[in-house]
Amino acid sequence: MAEFFKALDQFPVTLKHWLMGHASGVLPEWALPLVSAALSITPILAVFPLMFALTTVIERKGLGRIQNRIGPNRVGIPLTDIRLWGFGQFIADGIKSLIKEDVVPRAADKVVHFLAPIALLIPVLLTYSVLPFGRNMVPLDLPQTGLLFFFAVGASTELSVFMAGWSSRNKYSLLGAMRAIAQMVSYEIPLILSSLTVVMMAGTLSLTGIVESQADVRFGFLHSWHLFTPWGFVGFLLFLTAAAAEANRTPFDLPEAESEIIAGYFTEYSGFKFAIFFLAEYLGLFAMCGLGITLFLGGWLSPVNIAPFTWIPSWCWFLGKLSALIVLFIWLRGTLPRLRTDQLMGFAWKFLLPMTLINLVVAALWHMSGGAVHVVIRWGVGFAMLAIPYWLLGRGFEASVGKRIYRYAN
Amino acid sequence: MTLPFAIIAGLTVGSAIAAMSLRNMVHCALSLVLTFAGLAGLYLQLNAEFVGFTQILVYVGAVSILIVFAILLTRSTEPKDEPSTVTPWAGISVAVGAFLTMALAVLASPVGKRLAAPAPEVSVKTLGQKLMTDYVLPLEVMALLLTAAMLGAVIIAMREKEGK
Amino acid sequence: MSPLWCYLTVSALLFCIGLAGALTRRNAIMVLIGIELMLNAANLNFIAFWRFSEHPETQTGLMFALFSIAIAAAEAAVGLALIITIYRHFRTANVDKVEDMKG
Repeated sequence: MAEFFKALDQFPVTLKHWLMGHASGVLPEWALPLVSAALSITPILAVFPLMFALTTVIERKGLGRIQNRIGPNRVGIPLTDIRLWGFGQFIADGIKSLIKEDVVPRAADKVVHFLAPIALLIPVLLTYSVLPFGRNMVPLDLPQTGLLFFFAVGASTELSVFMAGWSSRNKYSLLGAMRAIAQMVSYEIPLILSSLTVVMMAGTLSLTGIVESQADVRFGFLHSWHLFTPWGFVGFLLFLTAAAAEANRTPFDLPEAESEIIAGYFTEYSGFKFAIFFLAEYLGLFAMCGLGITLFLGGWLSPVNIAPFTWIPSWCWFLGKLSALIVLFIWLRGTLPRLRTDQLMGFAWKFLLPMTLINLVVAALWHMSGGAVHVVIRWGVGFAMLAIPYWLLGRGFEASVGKRIYRYAN
Repeated sequence: MTLPFAIIAGLTVGSAIAAMSLRNMVHCALSLVLTFAGLAGLYLQLNAEFVGFTQILVYVGAVSILIVFAILLTRSTEPKDEPSTVTPWAGISVAVGAFLTMALAVLASPVGKRLAAPAPEVSVKTLGQKLMTDYVLPLEVMALLLTAAMLGAVIIAMREKEGK
Repeated sequence: MSPLWCYLTVSALLFCIGLAGALTRRNAIMVLIGIELMLNAANLNFIAFWRFSEHPETQTGLMFALFSIAIAAAEAAVGLALIITIYRHFRTANVDKVEDMKG
């Protein structure tokens, strides 16, 4: 029984090795690395866009339920009565965006306008190359610089947003791009600083190394995820907040606030280019969630080290955690209102940044006191050091926001 | 000279020429980003992974954004037909002279023929330890400089309350 | 792997392109871009000499390159802030038109 589950766990790896074994006899020497790379890339390109497609339907249905509507429930298999609860919707949407006219504004900078969606999608896909999806399943293992690669590639999406906004020659596009860049630059700092705690504790930038550092077993059954520490818990919440802002999700979706600036930086995009923006945005969110899972939620590790849980393949754990986080983001989108620009900036610089800095100190203390101090005292001190600034900063922030005064036209 | 090197070097130099010669300044900034990325590729070829990714993070992610913002904030009000360069031939001949001198020096020196030793084992851990021991003074000075630069940039660019 | 002179030549080319731009362009931002190019060319030299040195394990070239990147970032921030202030004052970013010493 256990043997079977172990084989299932490693099935993608063994499949690749088997295919490579056959390819090495047939193909010339220089083609083998290319084939190996293609075999690693294919599952990513198959799984995550499919996940995006399903997420669009689930999001519309979920938001519909939150808003007391039904949501899409019509499209199923064509020419039959089978409706699949509306899950054929994404195929219809995809076909629609493929055959729609591609409108480019006459004043637009044609070359940059064309390059922007490509320049956005490629870095987003590149970030997936260092994420460990399962045991022994990481497309590109960078033992020295894994996390740095993720952030370096992720940072280059800002420029694509600028390219899209500027080249459209539309004031709403430019406003959306400026908002998006200001927001991404500001929230990148808390994002990196909250991840830095994990790097400090694990002592490595390699993402597989970070997952393995959470593999110790506590109390005989519990994996020592970084979430189960005071700094890890707070760090994860800070990370999620910054990740939502980085991926332009509600409540931080000002760059594409429909009621203010139409669709933000991709206002002037239509047809398939618009679909690429949409895809890149969701893939960016998935990558951020994947990084959060790797850093704080034990990556592909199961939460407890007991038999039926350890039988489930590691990649199923990863995808399960990813789905849970996506549902959380959909729920947040249905619940929270959008912030104002000044509130957004104030929140990043006056609340998130100090909290991440304090969290770094707490992580360092937790590391230094390991073994010497009783665990209850460590928890108490860590919790107090985080809760008191939270209360003080939160109070100051709320006071600075102030009561909104509504002025109506007479 | 290997093929990957030739491709990356050609891309880097070509985009650098574009960055300095195009008329539209946003196009210049975008070509400059390509140069930065090409340089990061050269660093990766030289087994300097950490510096290469830092280059992308700092230059592509931050410095280019700064430049782009500055270009948009100082939207030129000057007439379009004005030439974008001043005394181009003097500047270019100085640059060509400098290049010829450097290239001759590089080609004449025996150091240039040197081939690389087997790739050294570079770990980020030893890099960090060195920063905290041997290089701790430069590191502290650097922290001071960055703080001063940040404060300076904010104060310089802050709009004066009085006046206007 | 390519020998050292390839990298040094590319670096010299980049430096001279930056130099030509900084000497000839009128706009202050373009001058700053040229200076950034020259700094980057120097960085490439540091890394190349580190990789081809006899003792790469000392990592001196890497350190120098890292510090140089940090300095370049600080320089860009202050330089662009100065350009924006000058633009506000003179309504131009053209370095030839900013010749007034009295503010």
